[in-house]
Amino acid sequence: MTTARRNTGWLPRYGVYGAIALLLAFNIVFTPNFLTGSNLRIQLIQVAPVVIVALGMALVIGTEGIDLSVGAVMALAAALIPLYLGYGVTGAILVSLLAGVVVGLINGTLVAKVGLQPIVATLALFVGGRGLAVVISEGKLKDVRNEQLIHLGSGDLFGIPVLVWIAALLVLVVAFVIRRTVFGRRLLAVGGNRPAAELAGLPVQRVLITVYVLCAVLASIAGLLSVARIQSSDASSVGLLIELSAITAVVVGGTPLTGGRVRVLGTVAGALLMQLVLATMIKHNLPPSTAEMVQAIIILVAVYAARERKTR
Amino acid sequence: MTLLEVAGVSKVFPGVRALDDVSFTLRPGEVHALVGENGAGKSTLIKVLTGVYQPDGGEVRFGGEPVRFATPLDAQRSGISTIYQEVNLVPLMSVAQNLFLGREPRNRFGMVDRSRMEREARAVLANYAVTADVRRPLGTLPLGAQQMVALARAVMVDAQVVIMDEPTSSLEPREVETLFGVIRDLHARGIGIVYVSHRMDELYRICDAVTILRDGHVVHTGRLADLERIRLVSLMLGRQMAGFTAFAGEHDTDDRAGSVLKVSGLTSRNRLRGIDFEVRPGEVVGLGGLLGAGRSETIKAIAGAYPIDGGEIEVDGRPLRRPTTVKAVRAGIAVQPEDRKAEGIVPGLSVRDNIALAVLPRMSRLGLVSDARIDRVVDTYMKRLRIKASGPDQRVGDLSGGNQQKVLLARLLATGPKVLLLDEPTRGIDVGAKAEVQSLIDELAAEGLGVVLVSSDAEELVEGSDRVVVLRDGAVVGVLSGDRVTTEELLATIAAAAPEEDA
Repeated sequence: MTTARRNTGWLPRYGVYGAIALLLAFNIVFTPNFLTGSNLRIQLIQVAPVVIVALGMALVIGTEGIDLSVGAVMALAAALIPLYLGYGVTGAILVSLLAGVVVGLINGTLVAKVGLQPIVATLALFVGGRGLAVVISEGKLKDVRNEQLIHLGSGDLFGIPVLVWIAALLVLVVAFVIRRTVFGRRLLAVGGNRPAAELAGLPVQRVLITVYVLCAVLASIAGLLSVARIQSSDASSVGLLIELSAITAVVVGGTPLTGGRVRVLGTVAGALLMQLVLATMIKHNLPPSTAEMVQAIIILVAVYAARERKTR
Repeated sequence: MTLLEVAGVSKVFPGVRALDDVSFTLRPGEVHALVGENGAGKSTLIKVLTGVYQPDGGEVRFGGEPVRFATPLDAQRSGISTIYQEVNLVPLMSVAQNLFLGREPRNRFGMVDRSRMEREARAVLANYAVTADVRRPLGTLPLGAQQMVALARAVMVDAQVVIMDEPTSSLEPREVETLFGVIRDLHARGIGIVYVSHRMDELYRICDAVTILRDGHVVHTGRLADLERIRLVSLMLGRQMAGFTAFAGEHDTDDRAGSVLKVSGLTSRNRLRGIDFEVRPGEVVGLGGLLGAGRSETIKAIAGAYPIDGGEIEVDGRPLRRPTTVKAVRAGIAVQPEDRKAEGIVPGLSVRDNIALAVLPRMSRLGLVSDARIDRVVDTYMKRLRIKASGPDQRVGDLSGGNQQKVLLARLLATGPKVLLLDEPTRGIDVGAKAEVQSLIDELAAEGLGVVLVSSDAEELVEGSDRVVVLRDGAVVGVLSGDRVTTEELLATIAAAAPEEDA
């Protein structure tokens, strides 16, 4: 019998790094003022929330799931911040993270215990979560003037934005969790073959619920950081469509939608690539719609390259 | 006169000859049993008949004319209807809509004539003892009733041939009677029926002719009444060359020792009816029976992966209440599922991760995995089971079937189990690996584990087991022990007529 060989070619694995290198080279040569500190800084600040959300998304996709509610979670976190700032920054942040935990528990329970398909389970909070956020904030845009919070969004540490430090730290943490912890290995097994994981006696439901909680908490971190950056909270616009950017980053980064594998660095690279495409187009005075079309092509190439060859 | 004929048909898949020069004839009004074990070629033959597959050689003739069905729809239009194990209708549409799907009666304005459709549906379904409201969504009906709707639909489309693939597997006894009534009616109307089932009693009740497939060949065809049950079973299961297994024979079991596994009254609606057996340390107990007898369900139920309604499971004297897979593993049960690819290995993970999967907490501190500890365990088992891989980092999906199986066994053994449940441990692996797995089972029993062995290979079951518990229709119909553990006894017990039920 010939065993079906999976496509383990270089394209799905390293294609995204190649594309980044190519785009960087192009920009260094053809884009004026590309290699300046201020430009790189802006790019990194813009990409940071997407990276943070995409990390959680990568974990969920690693279990063969998907989480559509991340944008709504960002909005919820953003809406809660101004309400609780009176209790201090720490309190407000804790409350908005708690909102993430609650949403994650709901998503995880629907997927793991009720057995809903992830896309349906998270659709509920995709729709309802943002609605709730708008109700909480009474539909108003609220300015945030807390110094400490604003420092998170616009401050610097050793010349690099705090926001970027936080994103980088979270990348390391997630990569560590996946590689070194019992939870990370179980997550990959559940995604790779759920019936097998069950028969091996793994606590499959607990793993799934934890994954959705982690994803929602990461999304709420991204939400509160966006409030800190734009110094205001607008529940109707924070994190709008970010679920799509996050899924794109994960897929372009080489994480298969079929589960069982999570590429953390690839996900970061995927987010960076999409940001670079957008930046390149803008610098060359092409409308954002062109960037979207280019991004669409990249997604198609990524999915095509990652497809599994079916024998028979 | 023949209705449907298959002459010298072959079908080859990469690496497998699924059908090899198979011939099969169905006459009008005949109920023809098609039997064979897993992988014998029944499904492939049905798919050739219904246009899902095109034969690589040979010919299909329908009403004497050579035909080539390009698609299942093509076959259906010509008058060949199929009812599958799983109902394949639209669960959210009403019963009546399903019945008339694509052939709805129209009124003067070309609109669907709903009241007429529902009236006719009621009339048709009354013949099938389906009394449910035809306006209800199909999915809300019991499975048996859904199957009846599927059957009614199949017959309504002017079928000349109806193929039934294990139609009774999800039916209640009463529904089975209704089905048989319908079959007799079809028989009287001259419609040919191909009937696939593993239930001996059913076959002998309603079938006129039988064709037995094994490994893609026809091993027998003829009148069913002329074929004794025991002959049918032995033709189906075949006989491996005698003495070809690597089992050493009897194991030394301490008869005074308590049982390491005790199962009593295990019941699961429709599938398992009060199964009792015990396994002592060092003993290999075989579960015998045909496909669908409840062997795999029993194994899974013990492992907490199959819902049970009643019965008790004791592991090493301790009751396992409301078993879940997590509890079962903790209690010392390790299960090797029948379908290695779907439920056993995690193909994308490495040999190391697959072996360590069930024991990660033991290989870690504060949630952090210690690769050094894992490597020691992995190394031990790779050597002991002679797992051929380029190294512990190789993806399990890239290994051969035999080595995948060994990785799976290594995972089970790493948990330090008291009871091993093995469901077809040597299926689909090469001869060398087969012998290795068989001697491993001997070794493990010698170390004092209790082993439950399921195998469709009669020879393997008999040679590997100290006792064989024979199942049929989810109930224990016999226990072979001592000198009675022979293939002849096994086949005779499987073939014995079922006692009259509910008489």
